[in-house]
Amino acid sequence: MQHMSMIGLHLSGIEIRLADTLLIALEAHVHPGTVLTVMGPSGSGKSTLLAYIGGFLDPVFAARGRVRIDGVDLTVLKPEDRRTGLLFQDALLFPHLSVGANIAFAIPQAVRSRRQRRALAEAALQEVGLDGMYDRDPETLSGGQKARVALQRVLVSKPRLLLLDEPFSKLDMALRAQTRALVFSKAADAGLPVVLVTHDKADAEAAGGSVFSLGDENGI
Amino acid sequence: MRTGFAPARLGPPLTALILLAPVLFGLAGTFLPAFGYLPALGGSGFSLDPVRDLVSQPAILRSSLISLWTGLATTVLSLSVVVLFVGSWRGTLYFRRMAATISPLLAIPHAAAAFGLAFLIAPSGFLIRLISPQLTGFDRPPDVLIVHDGLGLTMIAGLIVKEIPFLFLVTLSAMTQIRSEETRRLAASMGYGRVVGFVFFEWPQIYRQIRLAVFAVVAFSTSVADVSLILGPTLPGTLSVRLITWMNDPDLTGRFMASAGAVLQLLITCLALLLWLLGEKCVAMVVRLLRDKGRRLRRDGYARAIGLAMMLCAAAAVFGGLVVLALWSVAGLWAFPETMPKSFTMANWARALPGIGEPLAVTVVTGLLATLIALFLTIACLEREWEVGRGVGNRALFFIYLPLIIPQLSFVFGLQVLAVSMGLDASFTALVGVHLVFVLPYVFLSLADPWRAFDARYDHIAAGLGQSRRRVLLRIRLPMLLRAVLTAAAVGFSVSVAQYLPTLLIGAGRLTTVTSEAVALASGGNRRIIGIYALLQSLLPFVGFVIAYGVPALLFRHRRALRH
Repeated sequence: MQHMSMIGLHLSGIEIRLADTLLIALEAHVHPGTVLTVMGPSGSGKSTLLAYIGGFLDPVFAARGRVRIDGVDLTVLKPEDRRTGLLFQDALLFPHLSVGANIAFAIPQAVRSRRQRRALAEAALQEVGLDGMYDRDPETLSGGQKARVALQRVLVSKPRLLLLDEPFSKLDMALRAQTRALVFSKAADAGLPVVLVTHDKADAEAAGGSVFSLGDENGI
Repeated sequence: MRTGFAPARLGPPLTALILLAPVLFGLAGTFLPAFGYLPALGGSGFSLDPVRDLVSQPAILRSSLISLWTGLATTVLSLSVVVLFVGSWRGTLYFRRMAATISPLLAIPHAAAAFGLAFLIAPSGFLIRLISPQLTGFDRPPDVLIVHDGLGLTMIAGLIVKEIPFLFLVTLSAMTQIRSEETRRLAASMGYGRVVGFVFFEWPQIYRQIRLAVFAVVAFSTSVADVSLILGPTLPGTLSVRLITWMNDPDLTGRFMASAGAVLQLLITCLALLLWLLGEKCVAMVVRLLRDKGRRLRRDGYARAIGLAMMLCAAAAVFGGLVVLALWSVAGLWAFPETMPKSFTMANWARALPGIGEPLAVTVVTGLLATLIALFLTIACLEREWEVGRGVGNRALFFIYLPLIIPQLSFVFGLQVLAVSMGLDASFTALVGVHLVFVLPYVFLSLADPWRAFDARYDHIAAGLGQSRRRVLLRIRLPMLLRAVLTAAAVGFSVSVAQYLPTLLIGAGRLTTVTSEAVALASGGNRRIIGIYALLQSLLPFVGFVIAYGVPALLFRHRRALRH
């Protein structure tokens, strides 16, 4: 039987530095379906935590610490093997693929048949009320629609966890609450630990999980 | 810990090898015979005989001085026009239009532009025919030496019309890196004239970025061969032209002296660069003096008009030249002083077609192969750079510009000597290889900025979705960068099409391209066939750019975000 602390995301001894400045020092455990909110003003380096977990930290930063999810150590894995789902401020849908193809691209390689992949993508679109939009040009979607496609794209890839980099800040107020609720409920349904980076207090409140604040300039 | 695409690791070392090795071996292959060492021809020891032979050639000093003069004059004038034009018109509608018009000019090979200019301004050329006999009273071409004039003025003009677009585009790209708009407004608010404000406050930063490109212009114009053959002085010609004659001399013992000549060419180019560096310091001093005096020089209306006029002239000369080439290629009878041919005919093309087949095939295949290899290497280097972070950047620039700053004459000749001794000359592999040395820098320079500017978040998202780096490169990066990649390919292809010296020396007369054939026809004076070859020379790069523009437009016609 697995020890409680082995389930979910475990961040231990995380230290991220830029030259001599310590930006982040963190120790946290995120249970599946819950959210760890990392808050701080712009430029405080909070996104570097996501980059470290996801495996794309710019080499100018020096980072160390262990990242384990369900017992698997992510820091020794290549980024494409970590399966850390990313959502950024911009939906960043691949502009050369249709809306449906964006989602189909994320379906794991194990699903081989094209018809099956298309069916899965269409079902994903239907789940978020974007029925019949498979062949649309992503650029013709509204901001909220794009955010929903991006969410489904990331969920369809069966990630181990979700990394959210201020994903709601470009949406208008009404849409923000709606999208937030959608993202958190889907993450909870899939049992995914979520790390949310934001400077908006409302996001933290809606997330309902523990909050880690990067205080003032030097971080801790 | 970014992991890249494993084969990309080969990119940087292979690229450095391809850029560095030919230059080093080529220089060695030139220097050694210049001082007597070439075992294959019985030269086994150090000797100053080749140098003595060189020095005793008639008017060698004059040839060297002509090369020096034309090179420096070309660079000074081209740069001045660009500074004047950019300073006067940046931020205006004319500027954007000019930028769009100028880009295609780059694709036209130097030789074709030179032929076009010759047909325009020669005593029996189009311009004189336009105004004869109505304004000039000429019913025969005037006996004036325009093309091949003794001071090299026509040659300078032929070089300028191509170097202005090149320097203009390099300047444009440098301007995006500095805060041009804000500086301009600041200078204007302090009462500085447009041009002067530009020169005092923006130009120093721009110049620092384009310096290597300017050196490349100096190096090129002091050692250019094809434009010199078409427009340059004769008796004596520029050093480059004389060297070619010696290099192709069937009497192989002339190789020693030719090598010494190639060393001399290198010295001339170095001297030109030194003088240029000196000039930089002087100009910087003068500019600083004027700036510190607070001279506003607001009344620059004349300067601005001249800047615009010169740019328009350069564009008109090239486009007009192409039109005249086209006219000659389909001209029936066209006697002086008729402005238009009396009749049009396709007979010229029909006659030329059988002979064109092989050079055309060699041109296209060499160009495609050199470009493809260059693209692979460039993408590998850029991918490796993405993987390890930017450290590679500035050292790479030195390698990139190396084959562009060392005169082609000085090391391609050495490569020819090496190729001959290895039995590789006139081989297709060697030809593609030597073209690659010059195509690679331009492909890299063209693709680097767009590639680096690509939003890496797409890469991160795709990796997070579990996609391997290889899949991300092939399915996300390359499709999204398709236009940039195809444009870089079109640039590389046009560079290959335009190559003259490498084809001449390595092809050894058995492998010829459209360009080498065209320049060989220059002395024949048959305008119809020259028109055909020069036109073909220009059409090939044009096709490349049409593909670069058209394919993404077609593929992404339903994708708004990619249709810029």
